[in-house]
Amino acid sequence: MSDGSLHGVVVAHGELAAALVAETERISGQTGVLRSVSNTGCGPEQIEERVRGAVGPGPAVLFVDMPCGSCFFAAMRVGRERSDVRVVTGVNLPMLLDFVNQKALPPEESAGRAAGKGAEAIRKG
Amino acid sequence: MAIVLYRVDDRLVHGQVVIGWGRPLGISRIVLVDDDVAGSDWEQELYRMAVPAEIELRFARVADVAAQGAAWAADPRPTILLTGDIATMAAVSHAMPVGRVNLGGLHHKPGRSERLPFIFLAEDDLRQLQQLEREGVEVTAQDLPTSSPVSLGALT
Repeated sequence: MSDGSLHGVVVAHGELAAALVAETERISGQTGVLRSVSNTGCGPEQIEERVRGAVGPGPAVLFVDMPCGSCFFAAMRVGRERSDVRVVTGVNLPMLLDFVNQKALPPEESAGRAAGKGAEAIRKG
Repeated sequence: MAIVLYRVDDRLVHGQVVIGWGRPLGISRIVLVDDDVAGSDWEQELYRMAVPAEIELRFARVADVAAQGAAWAADPRPTILLTGDIATMAAVSHAMPVGRVNLGGLHHKPGRSERLPFIFLAEDDLRQLQQLEREGVEVTAQDLPTSSPVSLGALT
């Protein structure tokens, strides 16, 4: 992830982010594309530091569980600092599985695609 | 009184506030008293994104409370008044009647120690809260309505 290629950071409550990353890697076989950040035990400053540290250099898409709360606010604040970082909310497994195979896209396009893939996966049975 | 909860939470507007407390209390308004947020259009837009359309989110500075607090309390809509720190809630209590303060989330910072998994306090924080109680404000820590309130005395 330090080679400047697009990477993803999943930011979510409790153990959710780690589980989503682990399952994406297990299903896709693609490792090293996603990192996870949990808000457990964090105040607003700490979660923001965790997100900033996980993003690191290079373009990134931040995947957040909900469009509210400390994970969302931290991601939005970090995204505001960086022109090469975008935020997508409502993270789900289908959008991550697509993302890890689209590393050549610029972050803006990647985020738009991820939001579309995530929405497509929500269906009523 | 239409203000059904006075809460101190350094995460400000988040799931525990909007859903955890908001649903059972049937709130339709949140008053966020925070000078930094009230001075930033970007921050206000961010917090608006986090609140369902049926809940009004109002931003205020500490200096607004004396003039507007009575109107907030008289408004019949169930309301949560939210601050991000103890000092701001103390200022609110000096500007309008506050009977009870809920400590909902104060996380680790240098100088603070853990009192509950969601409450970290420095000695100065504790002194401010004890002063609030001396002024007649009941202070309890409670993250969610489904958990039991913990008295300030148990946090020392």
